Amino acid sequence: MALIVDKHRPRSLDALTYHDELSDRLRSLAQSGDFPHLLFYGPSGAGKKTRIVATLKELYGPGVEKIKIDARVFQTSSNRKLEFNIVASVYHLEITPSDVGNYDRVVIQDLLKEVAQTQQVDQSARQKFKVVVINEADHLTRDAQAALRRTMEKYSPNLRLILVGESTAGIIAPIRSRCLLVRVARPSLGEVEGVLVKSCEREGWEVQRGLVERVARESGRNLRRALLILEAVYAQNEKVTDATPIPPPDWEGLIEQIAREIMAEHTPARILQVRSKLYDLLTHCIPPTTILKTLTFKLMPLIDDALKPEVIKWSAFYEHRIKTGTKVIFHLEAFVAKFMRILEMYLMSMDM
Amino acid sequence: MASFFDLKARKAALANGAATKDTEKKDGENTRVQPWVEKYRPKTLSDVTAQDHTITVLQRTLQASNLPHMLFYGPPGTGKTSTILALAKELYGPELIKSRVLELNASDERGISIVREKVKDFARMQLTNVSSAAYKARYPCPPFKIIILDEADSMTQDAQSALRRTMETYSKITRFCLICNYVTRIIDPLASRCSKFRFKSLDQGNAKKRLEEIAEKEKVGLEEGAVEGLIHCAEGDLRKAITYLQSAARLVGAVQPGGGDGDEMDVDKKSVSVKIVQDIAGVIPDETIQRLVKAMRPTTLGGNYTPIAKEVEDMVADGWSAGQVVNQLYQAVVYDETIEDAQKNKILLVFSEIDKRLVDGADEHLSILDLALRISGILGGR
Repeated sequence: MALIVDKHRPRSLDALTYHDELSDRLRSLAQSGDFPHLLFYGPSGAGKKTRIVATLKELYGPGVEKIKIDARVFQTSSNRKLEFNIVASVYHLEITPSDVGNYDRVVIQDLLKEVAQTQQVDQSARQKFKVVVINEADHLTRDAQAALRRTMEKYSPNLRLILVGESTAGIIAPIRSRCLLVRVARPSLGEVEGVLVKSCEREGWEVQRGLVERVARESGRNLRRALLILEAVYAQNEKVTDATPIPPPDWEGLIEQIAREIMAEHTPARILQVRSKLYDLLTHCIPPTTILKTLTFKLMPLIDDALKPEVIKWSAFYEHRIKTGTKVIFHLEAFVAKFMRILEMYLMSMDM
Repeated sequence: MASFFDLKARKAALANGAATKDTEKKDGENTRVQPWVEKYRPKTLSDVTAQDHTITVLQRTLQASNLPHMLFYGPPGTGKTSTILALAKELYGPELIKSRVLELNASDERGISIVREKVKDFARMQLTNVSSAAYKARYPCPPFKIIILDEADSMTQDAQSALRRTMETYSKITRFCLICNYVTRIIDPLASRCSKFRFKSLDQGNAKKRLEEIAEKEKVGLEEGAVEGLIHCAEGDLRKAITYLQSAARLVGAVQPGGGDGDEMDVDKKSVSVKIVQDIAGVIPDETIQRLVKAMRPTTLGGNYTPIAKEVEDMVADGWSAGQVVNQLYQAVVYDETIEDAQKNKILLVFSEIDKRLVDGADEHLSILDLALRISGILGGR
């Protein structure tokens, strides 16, 4: 049984429930035959992927939904073999070049050129060009992005790219200037609620306004998360009422516990205890950035307003260190230690 | 010998015939889907806008039929590639350009092995003869080949040093043209072998003229101030400006080919306004930035965490890119005359740090929140 996130995913542009203006725009682009390279950006859970699939369907018809997964092997110049998965239909390809890390340039060069040099196989296809969807485009290496530059111009009769990423910051300016930027914002609270209510109705669940509202708020306008929470609530409880508690994910509970522990006692011994918990989180594959961010925002309500800028400052500082450094646990612990120190200093100055 | 020429001529005729047939079919289709950037790429040297100094020098060399090794550098979208392509076209004409010019860019594999093999082989190759006197009268066809290394700053150091000797040994029959954004990334020994040409970013007047010209040819209506908006968003990058213009034109007029009927077209055809341009360029609306700035203004001591956190959260959820936020916030702060210079100094330090973090891939939400809070702290005199 599929999750409702997938089951109720809109499959065409008409079925999309919010950002109507954007949908209209995509539709007119798809119908005009003059289709530019696109760069979709926006936070996760906003519906970027859904919109892309819907646009592809508008371009080519239902054929794009028949997808298969290919495993291809590429060879680097140093004769290393790379295994790479491609999701493909007759009309389009979908790749995630950052899977192969630093070798993404090889994939981009070889694959895109190969695709671009052949014409559409299906003569009855509606469009003459093929579409390549590149996921996580903001994580492409500089080299790979540089390789895209001329390819995008040279092969434009046969090939259109759709880049997807969370932000445009990681994408070099020459690529940005070759694409039509499409920003997909998260739906507003009201829109999230609307979608949740609709999903409830389709599943035949009883709609509880209060619960829906709380789920929407809890999700932080992230639609995917909202739907998952909703399904979890209905799966766990026999009878759902307005007051049914929303169970936080295990890891969030653990982080909240850490936050409380840090607040309660500021000693090296406590750091040691917290450390094992942090390790626990890391071994369960929670990304360090998420841990640090969640921890920071859990701490926020617990401390004085005057302290908040300072804590955010160090949180951002150590988050940067996590990204540039290699050993994650150092920086997480350093943040915990720093926080304890800041808090202690603050309390001391209050006493005096 | 005669049969050889015959063969060639026949082949050419065949290719010509095929080409005409092909173009007849495809022409309408192709020009429509072609990006305007390619469509309006300058065809001759004199078409290149706003690089007067460089163009004069190059035109002189064109008359003298001698060329040094060249290094073009400057910001993106200023016409570097266009200039060298136009120069090659004027030198060799359509027939010879294929055998005399080798263009390599970052999309081709350009490790040290390629420099050793492909570039060296091409550089070493003897010149082909000019087929007819008439052709030679039209184009100068100087006795050397040109190798264009586009985006040369993304070549590795090793590959660059492999070029050194090659450039000198074959200088009799081959000229190199390196194109890059950052001249510092080209190793010194290479740079000293070339005469350098700096391409400056386009000034308002020239860019405006060009954009208006294109808009007129493509029959795109421009609202008052739209061109200025385009130029402002593109920051001196003409290619960016043209791409934005095309995207905007697609948005306002995209309905027309599918729409079908003739009378509908006039109704659908709106003109490009500043708002659409800003929308495409991903510029954040002024109100949003102003709201954030307002939240940052000092109120009671330390009391503005909550409003700032809320504004930032909304911004992140709306998907504005952090780089853009930093940019526009910077503009807003620097041109704010109510802020003292000493404070601005401190604020700029914060900006530089955050910018570095964003480039390193730090989390956008935390970084922007930090930025806003620290600025607010500085404004509050803490």
